[in-house]
Amino acid sequence: MSSPANKKGSFGVAQVILFLSIAILVIVVAFPVLLILFNAFWVEDHFDLANTISILKQPMTYEALTNSLIIASMSTIGSTIVGTFFAWLVTRTDIPYHNFMKSMFLVPFMLPSFIGAIAWKMLLSPNAGLINRFFMDHLGFDGPIFNIYSYYGISAVEVMYLFPFVFIQVCGALERMDPTLEESARISGAGLLTITRKITIPLVMPSILSGALLIMLYSMAHFGTVAVLGIERGIYNIPVLIYERIHQSGGSFESIRMGAILATVLVISAAIIIWAQRKILSTGHYQIIGGKSFRPTQLKLRGLRIPLMLFCFAYIGFTIVLPTVIIFLVGGLSTYGLPFTPENLSLANYKFILFDFDVTRDAIFNSVTLGFTAAVITMFAGVMISYVIVKMKVRGKGILEFLGMLPFSVPGSVIALGVILAWSGQFGINLYNTVWIILVAYIARYMAFSLKANSAALEQIHDSLIEAARACGATMWQSLKDIVLPLAKPGMLAAFFLIFLPSLRELTVSIMLYAPTTRTIGVAIYTLNEDGETVISCALAGIALIIIVLGQFIINHFNKKAGV
Amino acid sequence: MSYVRLINVTKRFGDVTAVNNLNYEIGKGECFSMLGPSGCGKTTTLRMVAGFEDLTEGEVWVGDRLLSSPKKRLYVPPENRNFGMVFQAFAVWPHLSVYENVAFPLRIRKLDAKEIDDRTMDALRATNLVDAKDESPDFLSGGGKQRVALARALAINPDVMLLDEPLSSLDPHLREEMRFEIKDLQQKYGFSIIYVTHDQSEAMALSDRILVMRLGVVQQIDTPLNIYNHPANKFVFSFIGLSNFLHVDNVGGSPVLPEHQGNLPHSLKIPGHLAGETALSLASRPSETDFVAMDDPDGLHGLVTRKAFLGEIVDYQIKIGSQFIRVQKGRREAGPEQGENCSVKFLRPFWYADDYDETQAVAESD
Ligand SMILES: Nc1ncnc2c1ncn2[C@@H]1O[C@H](COP(=O)(O)OP(=O)(O)OP(=O)(O)O)[C@@H](O)[C@H]1O
Ligand SMILES: [Mg+2]
Repeated sequence: MSSPANKKGSFGVAQVILFLSIAILVIVVAFPVLLILFNAFWVEDHFDLANTISILKQPMTYEALTNSLIIASMSTIGSTIVGTFFAWLVTRTDIPYHNFMKSMFLVPFMLPSFIGAIAWKMLLSPNAGLINRFFMDHLGFDGPIFNIYSYYGISAVEVMYLFPFVFIQVCGALERMDPTLEESARISGAGLLTITRKITIPLVMPSILSGALLIMLYSMAHFGTVAVLGIERGIYNIPVLIYERIHQSGGSFESIRMGAILATVLVISAAIIIWAQRKILSTGHYQIIGGKSFRPTQLKLRGLRIPLMLFCFAYIGFTIVLPTVIIFLVGGLSTYGLPFTPENLSLANYKFILFDFDVTRDAIFNSVTLGFTAAVITMFAGVMISYVIVKMKVRGKGILEFLGMLPFSVPGSVIALGVILAWSGQFGINLYNTVWIILVAYIARYMAFSLKANSAALEQIHDSLIEAARACGATMWQSLKDIVLPLAKPGMLAAFFLIFLPSLRELTVSIMLYAPTTRTIGVAIYTLNEDGETVISCALAGIALIIIVLGQFIINHFNKKAGV
Repeated sequence: MSYVRLINVTKRFGDVTAVNNLNYEIGKGECFSMLGPSGCGKTTTLRMVAGFEDLTEGEVWVGDRLLSSPKKRLYVPPENRNFGMVFQAFAVWPHLSVYENVAFPLRIRKLDAKEIDDRTMDALRATNLVDAKDESPDFLSGGGKQRVALARALAINPDVMLLDEPLSSLDPHLREEMRFEIKDLQQKYGFSIIYVTHDQSEAMALSDRILVMRLGVVQQIDTPLNIYNHPANKFVFSFIGLSNFLHVDNVGGSPVLPEHQGNLPHSLKIPGHLAGETALSLASRPSETDFVAMDDPDGLHGLVTRKAFLGEIVDYQIKIGSQFIRVQKGRREAGPEQGENCSVKFLRPFWYADDYDETQAVAESD
């Protein structure tokens, strides 16, 4: 059918696309990561493992490592228990309002955990925390009832914001699971609790574990919560130590090298975690999805029904409503520490940060433009790369598939360090202290989201649609433009929002890269809070929450309209 | 002697009446099938017997034990009913080995180790699964999985076995094989079977008696032979086997076919109990219709509009007046050609009133 020239032409196009895709991933992700590995092991023109190990053995680095591990483990265990329990409660029992509760349990997904950490600091810091003070002043307690500046406190706050990863996975598995698997256990004589223990939980174990690993991955490299809550008692983890060292020394060689070594540890742990997750999902994933579906038998909670409902409401009120309310209230105070009485509360701070204070005004502008630009670029790059991986048959695709996995396993703090190494002038381009370096880092950090959303959408497009267009005489470009792009639109739109919204509250990356004029919203909230400008920082956090919730609202509206 | 009894069982989901005033009794060791089109309430009925659904009204008994009765606020949960049950989607547990799947109900009953092993191995032997006992059921074929489900149901030595379309996920040839395996197991262990299916040949092959159901209402309960030979109403006639219906008007007691030249043969008379109806259906089966000579007094004249060879049989479409029927003959038998006039004779004609009330339950004919 097609002439040799034609064939050759399309072959060329495929090569160009493949080359572009590889180039993007190499420049944006692979190169910075390689530089980190290189810096971690290479000292003065030779490979020096002993030096690397000696740095890891230094008390500071060693402690950061163990702290990362301790906090990540506690957060993971806590989130897994909480997430699995609530998932079971809303899908398998006759608890009232389960739909409402299900959507409430997903709310922490969109709330930034470092804002939560600031709220909890105000509520539960040992001496000044509002709850602790209330117990000491009015209920006659001798000391604070809970110290948020502790491993337990930090992990508890992480659990509040991370458990939805497990919750959503387990809910999905429980809802899709063939109910006759449980019914056949019942007719075999097993009671509902035995069934839950011996059949239900083991069958959804792969989903539980895969959610847990995701939390582990996130928590190990997570900056915000530990930075906000750990500083008082000197608790720091890997990203906090990297940040502080580089920040204090103004980017000295030693601090960069130590950062590179710690970042390498993060990369390796992430690789192990991703590998374990894939393994669990591929080998341990049972065929539990049913055909004809009845609503599964629900456990009748009987006497526990109302108490458990109240417990859920209390949990939602305590972990979601209370911190949010505190942020807005403190943001309304003229001076932090005053009681929340009408005469102390006003909208003055909100007006100030939106219209008069250049730091916050700049921050909002920076975050919105950075987020938007990063989302658009990453969306287009992601759809191209996904297209090659999912749909094209060209030689050399294997390299791209490998590179495509990289963004998923590189934590934010690693990316930040990587772009510093790559774009601070050593290679001819110096973006340090400009917004561009943050933009490059955002693109690298959110590439994974874009790849995921776009390849999911592209996988839905059957090859025959493209082949049919080609058979009708369309060139490769025409079939891309007229067939693939329109069909890929939902995936691209999803990718855009998946990047735009989180970037509005991003902290881990931008904290490492900001300059006085390139603060993002996250950086501004964090630094203002560190500088003791509590009320201003809370007001900005409140504004951020409003923007995020509004954005989520718009997405949900879009999704409903698109019937997704 | 009746063993399982359903008395005035009704189930409503909101406005939908899934099962309407169902009554039947099943003897010990009997194989009883529920047959009907999709959505007629078969599964709902079975789930009420199993205890997965509450009844809206009525009672379910097994032996002299009352299991469900909303009026008496009595409800024995499924785990205490001692039934075996096999589901359409197999429902074997992939995280347990074949052996542990089968042993599960016995372990729940806290039997001693030796007895658990004996009974599990017994059930595995009966279902030819001994070789696969340490494997995960995920590695078995559909038929293998369904055998595991059967073995698991057998292990507790149930009095009643409930099967909900157990074979419909299997390949056709496997389906026929498994059907006889189930029958053999029943004969060996002596349990009663309630078997749900929408496949009539499956129901015919397995059952002592069949219940035909439509829109939650019983149409007929009888032996397979009687259901086939004496369908209680037009629905049952059409549901079982191939069927032809000719619409017939009752003009002053004599039948008239629309646009048909001449009267019907004398042998086709409107039965006395339908004399009052003005619109009737003359039902016949394609395989129980003969071609006769054009001057045969029992023949009905028509035109062959299509003749198709279907391998062993030849399928004719005959136009009679403005209506069409089908006739099937063996490929060796002589018959008219397409476009020829012919004369057909119904060997076993049935008459039904056109507008009868299918939602009226039909009494059980013993
Ligand atoms: N849990 C439920 N809630 C609401 N309606 C239901 C429920 N279960 C069944 N129904 C309705 O009851 C009717 C009977 O359903 P049932 O599943 O018993 O039919 P069935 O004869 O088993 O059909 P099939 O051959 O398709 O399995 C259907 O109209 C169905 O929609
Ligand atoms: Mg059914």
